[in-house]
Amino acid sequence: MAPEATETQTVEEITPQEAFTELDAGGAKLIDTREPYEYEESHIEGSELIPPGVIADRILTAVPDKSQRVILQCRSGARSYDAAVVLKSLGYEDVASMAGGILEWEAQGLPVESNVNLTPAQRDRYSRHILLPEVGVEGQIKMLEAKVLLLGAGGLGAPTALYLAAAGIGTIGLVDDDVVDASNLQRQVIHNTSRIGEPKTASARQTIEELNPDVNVIEHNFHLNAENILDVIKDYDIIVDGADNFPVRYLMNDASVRLKKPVVSASILSFDGQISTFVPYEGPCYRCLYPTPPPPELAPSCSANGVLGAMAGQMGLLQANEVLKLVLGIGEPLIGRLLLYDALGTRFTELKVRRDPECPICGPNAPEVPESEMGKFPDYEAFCGGHVGS
Amino acid sequence: MPSVKIPPVLRKHTGDATEVDAAGSTVGEVLNNLVVAYPDTKEQLFSGEGELNRFVNVYLNDEDVRVLDGLETAVGDTDTVMILPAMAGGSF
Repeated sequence: MAPEATETQTVEEITPQEAFTELDAGGAKLIDTREPYEYEESHIEGSELIPPGVIADRILTAVPDKSQRVILQCRSGARSYDAAVVLKSLGYEDVASMAGGILEWEAQGLPVESNVNLTPAQRDRYSRHILLPEVGVEGQIKMLEAKVLLLGAGGLGAPTALYLAAAGIGTIGLVDDDVVDASNLQRQVIHNTSRIGEPKTASARQTIEELNPDVNVIEHNFHLNAENILDVIKDYDIIVDGADNFPVRYLMNDASVRLKKPVVSASILSFDGQISTFVPYEGPCYRCLYPTPPPPELAPSCSANGVLGAMAGQMGLLQANEVLKLVLGIGEPLIGRLLLYDALGTRFTELKVRRDPECPICGPNAPEVPESEMGKFPDYEAFCGGHVGS
Repeated sequence: MPSVKIPPVLRKHTGDATEVDAAGSTVGEVLNNLVVAYPDTKEQLFSGEGELNRFVNVYLNDEDVRVLDGLETAVGDTDTVMILPAMAGGSF
């Protein structure tokens, strides 16, 4: 956008199409006023990079003749406008800024030289990601190449899956052996009324495919158990655990530590949610936080106690946010931190979670699991069924 | 007086209170006074031998008392003791 009209210099702005026509005819010099990493991702053929901070110093070398026609271009048109003001103040006589920048250029279908591989349709679909310097084309490609497994396509998994799919996570696996029930629809927004009775994985797949055809959905329409868990998780980069029972949570933890897979783990009840991110050996694991499960009579479930749908959605989206940060390698994931959300008070509380030196799974004294025992796990149903501390 | 944050699973034993005051200069004293005031919380918090149940985490402010001095951890008047049982509610 052009700045307020307090400038003494007015700058000619031209459209990408006009710039293309001029450049194609020859005679104009195109200067790209972005940062090197942006130029690296994609740029217009024949453009010369001069970052905005050094434009005044370098322009004389790049364009010695001040009567030369110069077109300036950046990402969206702001930096190039400012650069045009600078050039005019230096005495350049024939300067224009390309409105809308390379984003608009690409949106018009004009050609760029790119080191990375997104289709024009993808550049359009993910443009609000690509605009973020922390994401960019490179980050979007990471997302498209990422494989994320969701344990559960329910209260937590439904919102997580929707946003991961929209974000362009290229492969989304869904583990769920349940069917859509009318009582799910108050919070499981990936399903709908007409799909009551259908398997949840199939219903979720249909919604995801309609939302974003870039996503490959893999259905795991069965119960996760000690025999199949390693096969299921081994090809995924990140696991999202929204399981509704302790045996599966402990099983998932122990399996993911063995295969060194990060797990984003949330749980919900009534108006309260908890979330943490467990990256094996980098931070604590689920068992460092909860060494043993509570006995069944002290472990209420959503089906018995109810849950506010919007709160489930909020926790599901916190999970999605964690996944995207892990995929992109940006920000501070909830490693070693447990975030508690109290929806009634709208309050977040953060607790420290440390690696337990006595942890039987990831601690320094944890027994090494030999290859022959890799797929064998203890009886979690019994472990969680009242044999606490045994 | 220190306050104790009550998790959802225990609120039926505290008259739905989410936070209650309990006197004490250590975490153990605070929890014992909580149990005196709300006897039904005892089963969730302590084993038959009077030890803190392993499936219950107790935090002093943002730190797990297991990495402090456990039930002997000193508590100040403005501190918050949080009881945190594992929850498994989720998806299916």
